[in-house]
Amino acid sequence: MPTTPSDRVKPELKNLEAVAANGLLHRRLFLRGGAALMTGYTMVPSAAGQQLTDDAWSLAPGVTVPDYGTRSRFEKNVVRTLSNPKGEPRTQHARTPHHLVNGTLTPNSLHFVISHAGDPDIDPDKHRLVIHGLVKQPLVFTLGVLARYPMVSRMAFVECGGNSAPLFSSEPIQASVQALHGLVSCAEWTGVPLSTLLDEAGVDAKARWIIAEGADPPHLSRSVPLTKAMDDAMIALYQNGERVMPGNGYPMRLLLPGWEGNMNIKWVRRIQLTEKPGMTFYEARTYAPILPGGKAYRFYFIQEVKSFITHPSPGLAMQGPGFYEISGIAYSGTGRIAKVMVSADAGKSWAQAALEQPVLTMAFTRFRVPWRWDGRPAVLQSRAWDEAGNEQPTRAQLVAARGETTRVPPVNAFPSQHYNAITSWSVEPSGEVKHVYA
Amino acid sequence: MYTRSLCVFAVTFAVALSAMVASAQSPNLGKPISPAEIAPWDINILPDGTGLPPGSGTPAEGARVYAAKCSVCHGQDGKGGTSTRLVGGEPIKNMESEKTIASFWPYATTLFDYIRRAMPWRQPRSLTNEEVYALTAYILSLNKLIGESETINAQTLPKVRMPNRDGFIIRFPDRTP
Repeated sequence: MPTTPSDRVKPELKNLEAVAANGLLHRRLFLRGGAALMTGYTMVPSAAGQQLTDDAWSLAPGVTVPDYGTRSRFEKNVVRTLSNPKGEPRTQHARTPHHLVNGTLTPNSLHFVISHAGDPDIDPDKHRLVIHGLVKQPLVFTLGVLARYPMVSRMAFVECGGNSAPLFSSEPIQASVQALHGLVSCAEWTGVPLSTLLDEAGVDAKARWIIAEGADPPHLSRSVPLTKAMDDAMIALYQNGERVMPGNGYPMRLLLPGWEGNMNIKWVRRIQLTEKPGMTFYEARTYAPILPGGKAYRFYFIQEVKSFITHPSPGLAMQGPGFYEISGIAYSGTGRIAKVMVSADAGKSWAQAALEQPVLTMAFTRFRVPWRWDGRPAVLQSRAWDEAGNEQPTRAQLVAARGETTRVPPVNAFPSQHYNAITSWSVEPSGEVKHVYA
Repeated sequence: MYTRSLCVFAVTFAVALSAMVASAQSPNLGKPISPAEIAPWDINILPDGTGLPPGSGTPAEGARVYAAKCSVCHGQDGKGGTSTRLVGGEPIKNMESEKTIASFWPYATTLFDYIRRAMPWRQPRSLTNEEVYALTAYILSLNKLIGESETINAQTLPKVRMPNRDGFIIRFPDRTP
């Protein structure tokens, strides 16, 4: 007779303290090193009673090691989803499959991309970065020259201002965490601090802004306060150790940790220092979310504190009652994640999640909570706080301030931007996981 | 005021000192480049008109350029096609309101800047400055934001007052210069 997941749970788990309703257990399960515990989402039926055998791959030499590694052919379903796969004359979006990866670092091939006119095929030897405007001496840099500069490395998430926008819908849209939250990713970026280059050019005392521009066909441009440019901005040359991917700005991009993705100019080729902002297309029109009543926010620079559960989530069916790990990611454009709470009863009771260390500023933090699901309906939520004291809002709080749609929009539409409120997943007795508002 | 002046002086001095130290330690490998060399890329236009090149255009001239290079996507007379419409629009009420040029765009200079850097979609940077001025004039005229016989140039464009100019709230005032 096949065993069920609950039969296979180690005996000591049965005595673990429940800390919130619907089976949420104490996070010390992880703090004690419970990593070997199985989670249910991808379990394969046990081969109990059958003698183990050697498979073909253990009985003959394997394939030749390639010069550039690729993942197992069994992982071919782990891909980004494309909004415009034929490259029609409009924006293309490629969304990260958060439910099919784990940890805190997004592999380069799965990092989200938004390209407004395709990815330019830039010859790095011909690329130039110009700094001019309100400076003492305009300068031009080649990639070869920048590669000689002292560099810094840091983890940083990049998030589209329109990520999670489907949650502005008046009714919950049934879609995966990839479709709802796939326009955020996190990587280790390595490059030259922008302040080094600006100092070399000599910043004029009148300068208050930079206008950064890409070498892409729309020459996308955004205005950034000089204070941010001098604080932690980077001309990033490497992404997770290899050169920045073509879709993410090869051979160099502006990185503004914690700030709206569109401002992190990809393929950056020019930075002009000015006294006033440019009021470019993307800041004057696109990334200006409309408020109830008709006014719109301008310069919504910061990606505010946010979290969502990736496991389980729609598309990852439960495999029957028993032990599971609830995990997800949290991040904030205003500092480190201080705390994540998880609820299994739609926010009535909460359990504190374990945070994977190290917790880095403006980077993904993976949170985990052990859970014994009893097979009855449950509504899972996560809520994050950052070190600056900012609290992730409930959806009701955000909608009260920002509004919601009157009709259900297509899942790929962007009815507004900067949704950072709570996401709720309903776990049905059948094991199906659905998107709900709770 | 004395205290404040002293503070300003101290901060200025500290900034100057750190800049000197930074550039002394910096590799200084950037190559000087002249404004003439930058000119082909120097395309930012600010709301006050900074950056606008010599030249001018009228709605009638713009209509001819539009029919040849823009209507394939934006439709006849800017009424929309496979890409967004460029004329009309209702007052902005909520997040479902359509952000049109007439209903939402706060500055007319953004039109010149965006057309010149990004349009036509398949051939960006292919328009002359005269064509960009003419297209800007044509679109503003279609929206009745200027008269049918007005000329748009570096002096007139920044003076065009867009209906939604004051429709915005700075989200993070303490971080916005």
